[in-house]
Amino acid sequence: MGKVIVVTSGKGGVGKTTSSAALGAALASNGEKVVVVDFDVGLRNLDLVMGAERRVVYDLVNVIQGEAKLTQALIRDKRLETLYLLPASQTRDKDNLTADGVEWVIGALKQTFDWVICDSPAGIERGATLAMRHADVAIVVTNPEVSSVRDSDRIIGLLDSKTLKAENGERMEKHLLLTRYDPVRAERGDMLKVEDVLEILSIPLLGIVPESMDVLRASNVGSPVTLADERSAPAIAYFDAARRLKGEMLPIAIPGEKRGFFGKFFGRKAA
Amino acid sequence: MNLLRFFSRSQSAPAARERLQVLLAHERAAVGDSDLVTKLRDEILRAIAKHMQIDDEKVSVRMERGPQVSTLAVDIEIPFDPGKKAA
Repeated sequence: MGKVIVVTSGKGGVGKTTSSAALGAALASNGEKVVVVDFDVGLRNLDLVMGAERRVVYDLVNVIQGEAKLTQALIRDKRLETLYLLPASQTRDKDNLTADGVEWVIGALKQTFDWVICDSPAGIERGATLAMRHADVAIVVTNPEVSSVRDSDRIIGLLDSKTLKAENGERMEKHLLLTRYDPVRAERGDMLKVEDVLEILSIPLLGIVPESMDVLRASNVGSPVTLADERSAPAIAYFDAARRLKGEMLPIAIPGEKRGFFGKFFGRKAA
Repeated sequence: MNLLRFFSRSQSAPAARERLQVLLAHERAAVGDSDLVTKLRDEILRAIAKHMQIDDEKVSVRMERGPQVSTLAVDIEIPFDPGKKAA
């Protein structure tokens, strides 16, 4: 039985889709079978970030409505043969996402995949609650910025009340993924520090992904950042996060504490 | 190492621009499910269903939307029935 992960945040634009694709590719790079499911019906983007936008034949809504088989809607990644994408519908209304339909799809995917990663839409509406409903583990993507932290807190509340696990009286495993972290600004005191966010949200830290041009570059060419340049700082952060998801205990490096060549020269402001 | 990677990179924005142009051209045409490739896909499958029982697991449909040309590949396993004679 595979593990179901929801990647959620409440706030839009914090990096849910980027993180879903990057973690999916990182997990699949070791040969584990991974499917990344886009729950953002009407505004799908995971296909674009993963570079499969020209190959979408059927989508999640087609499967739920019985218009296509699950196997027909799954798109295999061109680079990693154990990585699959289940796209959201672009034209359909999100009301087509039924609770029963989603339950069936997730149940079927768990049978064949080691990891089922649900990329949640922003907000706290139907799409977001359905994406988290069947999760075993939640990854809360947060930027070190007040509105994102507030929305994450709201989402943590929903994870503890509106999911199947919560309703069954079980504990939902939650992890914080801090993205778009800028060590220079944090050091200057212009950005919430890692320990600030951790203290406020009080869930364990899965990783810190630094703000980087590599993320934009990867999305431009349609590749998860972990495949576009596996030695880039965000890719390394995602690879480590993926290993922690699998239960490995790895120390978390706070970006900026160990500066690279450029950082040493341009990063630090003269005191 | 960082320096080497920094200079060896090519620009990625042109790729983004081209991908978006192709995608949006197709999506704008697809409003109301009028996308030709999607229409063809559905009609081909309906036509086949008229003549034989389709086992969904034996049908694979692939599409590739390109700037000038799109491709649609419908791959169907048709069981051989020796009892049936050609009309």
